[in-house]
Amino acid sequence: MICVSVCMGTGGISAGGDKVFHNFEAELLKHDIEATVNKGCSVHQVGCRGLCAKDVLVDVIANGVKSTYEHIKPDMVMKIVEEHLIKGAPIKEWLVKEDYHNFNAKQMKVVLEDCGVVDPEDIESYIERGGYQAVKKVLTTMTPLDTVETIKRSGLRGRGGGGFPTGLKWEFAVKNHADQKYIICNADEGDPGAFMDRSVIEGNPHSVLEGMIIGAYAIGATKGYVYIRAEYPLAVERLRIAIKAAKEKGFLGKNILGRGVDLEIKVKLGAGAFVCGEETALIASIEGKRGTPKSRPPFPAQKGLFGKPTVINNVETLANVPQIIKRGADWFASIGTEKSKGTKVFAITGKIKNSGLIEVPMGISLKEIIYDIGGGMEDELAFKAVQTGGPSGGCIPASMIDLKVDYESLAAAGSIMGSGGLVVMNEGDCMVNIAKFFLEFTQLESCGKCTPCRIGTKRLFEILTRITEGKGRKGDIEFLIDVCNDVKATSLCGLGMTAPNPILSTIKYFRREYEAHINEKRCPAKVCNALLTFTIDKEACTGCTMCAKTCPASAIEGDKKKPHTIISDKCIKCGSCFDVCKFKAVNKE
Amino acid sequence: MESDLNKMLEHYYEMDGNIISILQDMEETFGFIPEDAVNWFSHRLSIPAARFFGTATFYGQFHLTKQGKHIIKVCRGTACHVKGSQKISDDIQREFSIGVGQTTKDELFTLEHVACVGACSVAPVTLVGKEVNGKVKSSAILKKIKQLREV
Ligand SMILES: Cc1cc2nc3c(=O)[nH]c(=O)nc-3n(C[C@H](O)[C@H](O)[C@H](O)COP(=O)(O)O)c2cc1C
Ligand code: FES
Repeated sequence: MICVSVCMGTGGISAGGDKVFHNFEAELLKHDIEATVNKGCSVHQVGCRGLCAKDVLVDVIANGVKSTYEHIKPDMVMKIVEEHLIKGAPIKEWLVKEDYHNFNAKQMKVVLEDCGVVDPEDIESYIERGGYQAVKKVLTTMTPLDTVETIKRSGLRGRGGGGFPTGLKWEFAVKNHADQKYIICNADEGDPGAFMDRSVIEGNPHSVLEGMIIGAYAIGATKGYVYIRAEYPLAVERLRIAIKAAKEKGFLGKNILGRGVDLEIKVKLGAGAFVCGEETALIASIEGKRGTPKSRPPFPAQKGLFGKPTVINNVETLANVPQIIKRGADWFASIGTEKSKGTKVFAITGKIKNSGLIEVPMGISLKEIIYDIGGGMEDELAFKAVQTGGPSGGCIPASMIDLKVDYESLAAAGSIMGSGGLVVMNEGDCMVNIAKFFLEFTQLESCGKCTPCRIGTKRLFEILTRITEGKGRKGDIEFLIDVCNDVKATSLCGLGMTAPNPILSTIKYFRREYEAHINEKRCPAKVCNALLTFTIDKEACTGCTMCAKTCPASAIEGDKKKPHTIISDKCIKCGSCFDVCKFKAVNKE
Repeated sequence: MESDLNKMLEHYYEMDGNIISILQDMEETFGFIPEDAVNWFSHRLSIPAARFFGTATFYGQFHLTKQGKHIIKVCRGTACHVKGSQKISDDIQREFSIGVGQTTKDELFTLEHVACVGACSVAPVTLVGKEVNGKVKSSAILKKIKQLREV
């Protein structure tokens, strides 16, 4: 039996996974006809296995031995089939190296356990791995209250950012009696720079559905929605396939497993608004309205979708549920720290060697994540900070690299756990610029309903823009802090309440950088172009004319093979010459 | 157009009367939200046109003007930002004399910003149509776009 698995998550596909997959199919078919490959050979597609930086990853299982290839391009397939599958000799140079194993060594996979193993478009492959056992167990041996109790005891907390205890949330919904209740899976994943939820749905959509079915049974909901970003076409498609298959197998629809329980799940596409990740805004959006949040209470568990009790849970939260049911609350509670139980999935990106998707036990240190799993910094440049929690989070400086990753520790450091984006930055990143970047995002995404957020984030963004343009004034830092505190204290929803975090945390840990921008009109990381002057080093310039050709402002003069010069009056400081120069002859100061 | 609109109306009832579904259908069929179509629905359903426009302008997915033949999306998510996506967008804006969300005069190209397409490991990312391009350099993407003009 030969088995080939090709990584076909969004990362894998953008690296050419589709073509690799088809080439394998074609090659295998070709050789099968010549009868040189064992019968029973199969190729299947799997979801993300995390190490996206090494895509396309391909597993080949031949004679019971598994080999994993990295960086596979479509034109390499033929050789693999011929050398490995026919002649039986794996191509050593293409196999994964030691860092692939290090990447996996410190991880602990609960939610991602089957991602990259099961075929996401085939329910049988999920069932084979023990899928839907948890639904069976709950429906046949547990009461709804037992179920809530188990989740409560496990200590599971919401993975969508807030960290609210899931069992408690369910209990509220149980206590509110109504003729109709709803369960919603929040797959809006608004944090720009994170893709955990997408990967879970793409890699193992049935695990999320299974969690929803269990949740629905526990609270007595008969209708469910998955609210998912339209920007994730592959995830949407796999989810739809999964829902259809689950229905055919009797895990969804009327009278599930003959136990008299009903659940209908619909997919709702988000229409591109970050604030719709907030639960009350999300509900408004499902109802077909502008997605603006409401003040709570009433909480959705009291009055949610169409005014009925509604539980909203994040994708990852729900994907944990079947595992807890199968392995027990005690098992889950044994992982992690005192207050943060279980594992957390992170999307780790930025200036790091192994970017990708990881799952680690709560309480692991940032250092272990960045150096052991992430393989350390790209190009060996010095680590400067890591941003957690996206636009609602903060920057944690290098000096705090031993910080433990759990809800409380991150909050104490001025950031949040968030949904799980980790963006690693090096000495070449400017913290004022990063804060400005996040505020540009939040002021754009602010829904405009409440004044502090609508106007406050805009003003904050303007001040930061001014500072990065060299127009900073004395007192700007204090003013920023002041406005930040007001916006935090008075905004209606989580968007405004957390929007100042990137500013406050960067001021707290990198105040000197703000001062350099404001007082000395200098950007220490050399990022803010308006504060830089570009010059050409006469010694290093070979006169290749590349910069002059590229300069959009025609601000570079010089004869071929003679040193060039930049006319500073004309220079618009776009940095193009710096990027294109192959001889490092362009300086920026 | 009439038959398209009737189909959307049917879908609207299937979706329990959700006007976002109408807007999504319009965007899918026409590539933007035509005023005439909104008025048609407004009349049929006795819902003020303002509610359609109010909803359409709230969400990033909807456009009130016709889009270019090729949509160029530059990812402005965090991972792409730290890998220099601002410059890529700046360069495209300068080269084609358009701003974000705008379309070139020849109606060939529209530039958009998106917040993370979920391919952060190959940041910076741009999309030309549906094709995802990772580890993008300004010069390469400009060349690619210009080639589209020629065909
Ligand atoms: C501005 C804002 C954006 C949010 N975005 C998301 C999101 O993209 N995904 C998510 O699961 N939760 C998001 N949340 C949190 C939700 O409001 C809600 O707490 C969560 O979905 C509850 O699920 P959980 O308890 O399983 O975490 C967001 C909250 C705010 C204030
Ligand atoms: S930030 Fe650009 S793809 Fe995620």
